[in-house]
Amino acid sequence: MANKVWVFVDQFKGEGHPASWEVVAAGRKLADEVGSGLTALVFGEGVEAVAQTAIHYGADEVLLADGAPLAEFRVEAYASQLAKLAQDDTPDVILFPTTTRARELAGMAAIDLNSGVLPDVIAMDLEGDTIVVTRPVYAGKLLAKSQCAAKPQLITLRARAFGKPEADESRSGEVKSVDVVVDEGTMATQVVDYATSDGQVSLTDASVIVSGGRGTSNRADLEPPADITDEKEQEIWRAQQGFLLIGELAEVLGAAVGASRAAVDAGYIPYTHQVGQTGKVVGPDLYIASGISGAIQHLAGMRTSKVIVAINKDPDAPIFKLARFGVVGDLYDIVPALTAAFKERLDK
Amino acid sequence: MKIVVAVKQVPDSAAKVSVENGEVSWGDAPLVINPWDEFAVEAALLLTEEHGGDVVAVSLGDEDSKEALKHALAMGCSEAILISDPSLQNADTQAVAHALAAAIQKVGDVDMAVFGKQAIDGDNAVTPVQVARVLGWPALTLTSKISELDADAKTLKVERSIEEGRQIVEGKLPAVMSVVKDFGEPRYPSFMGIRKASKAEIPVWSAADLGADVPAAVVSWPEMSNPQAREVSNEIIEGGSPEEIAATLADKIIEEGVV
Repeated sequence: MANKVWVFVDQFKGEGHPASWEVVAAGRKLADEVGSGLTALVFGEGVEAVAQTAIHYGADEVLLADGAPLAEFRVEAYASQLAKLAQDDTPDVILFPTTTRARELAGMAAIDLNSGVLPDVIAMDLEGDTIVVTRPVYAGKLLAKSQCAAKPQLITLRARAFGKPEADESRSGEVKSVDVVVDEGTMATQVVDYATSDGQVSLTDASVIVSGGRGTSNRADLEPPADITDEKEQEIWRAQQGFLLIGELAEVLGAAVGASRAAVDAGYIPYTHQVGQTGKVVGPDLYIASGISGAIQHLAGMRTSKVIVAINKDPDAPIFKLARFGVVGDLYDIVPALTAAFKERLDK
Repeated sequence: MKIVVAVKQVPDSAAKVSVENGEVSWGDAPLVINPWDEFAVEAALLLTEEHGGDVVAVSLGDEDSKEALKHALAMGCSEAILISDPSLQNADTQAVAHALAAAIQKVGDVDMAVFGKQAIDGDNAVTPVQVARVLGWPALTLTSKISELDADAKTLKVERSIEEGRQIVEGKLPAVMSVVKDFGEPRYPSFMGIRKASKAEIPVWSAADLGADVPAAVVSWPEMSNPQAREVSNEIIEGGSPEEIAATLADKIIEEGVV
């Protein structure tokens, strides 16, 4: 009999996304609870090694769809492949990591399977054979209990919400090759190229984030080069000096660099760094907010961080209310000193 | 080109949202067009400015949602349509996708349907792909830039923002596209635009008008709650030079076991 619990393993260029292994581990736990085996789905081209890793993290078997039409992730192709397998074997639940790829895959597959999707879930409770999930809505200002009455229940799990997975290389399981059902002739898209970012730590995976806000430009005695005469450009230049300091601290901590919406809107730093309701929602172990006052839409995006540190000149800044540790001071003084202190202590 | 842009009415992102007596409340904060959808409207308008054509704004919701549509009209959309029906009251994303797809079909001859990345209330971020699937169109989601578009040959090339950086994808029209902020800052409605929008008659399409079977919702969210208040013991580190403060702070952070 086919297993009731399935997990989808998101991979990019043959590397399993770290959030996938959290999902395999969470799927293992759920499968044990319902007394089922755990099936992992691995799609791609030349991704046998990913299938083995899924077994190490807890899968009993892997359905491996390996072939050219699946070489690059295209949501249409992956959804067709996934829907076909799920129609044949009728699992009760399929878990996905909340990566951009897997979230869209779950959404699209829900249409093919006449079921529903529960995205970005932070907790699951079993009630009979229905999974009642908890998911943050309004950027985490509220929590919703939600469930799907149809099967399979398609659920994407938020990264870092289900604990750290442990690989056991002695585990064994069966890798079953399945037919690739995607016909390249019917596909309307082609992936042409990638322009990957230069080794920066991604915000959603980061265990430490150092963020900067408007305060990065608040150093009037910093003299911009003579050729920058425009006042707005001078402000941006000052802010960039502040973000350089933040970047140095981030590097020592192996952290990602974040920013407030105010800093992004002012042109200090690209949008990809924005944390908050209209940016990325994050929950690292350590969040250092420097020169960020703490607008409600920013707080909504980082309030679940384990330890929050606030560095701000204004003692009344709302960010201090969430902070475990606060320093009332200038980030231009404190951040470089903190970088030096960590360098010494972490032996870097 | 004929473009449909989907917009949603949501509580302002600065609103303090909470649950009171089991009901979601945003106090006296205004309802606004979903901020992501403003980027979608901007993207749609930029496209028709370059390639010619019209933008039709569509929203699904109650009468209040006309305000979001008026904002889209004031920005420059030429037409707006509200989809409203008691049967869609508790629609899940799948039902919404079927209704929006039917509306796009009813508008007719649409080359592209443009969406924001997600709505800031439900935070599902799956409606664009689901609409694409119902229509059988490719989904070019999280697009930051259109590098090529040939309206006659119905082909395009876009850059998408993914975790690992940017992905360059070629596709065919008609297509669904969702956009991120990099596409361009939304324009402010002009004075003339606001006047025109305030006078606009917005047609309301019921589920029957859509002429398609919208499936019943399978996803429900029976219980909403306020997250637990964060218990934080605040400790302000002060006294001494920045170096001394930083040393104390670094020690305390290390003690917390988070680095």
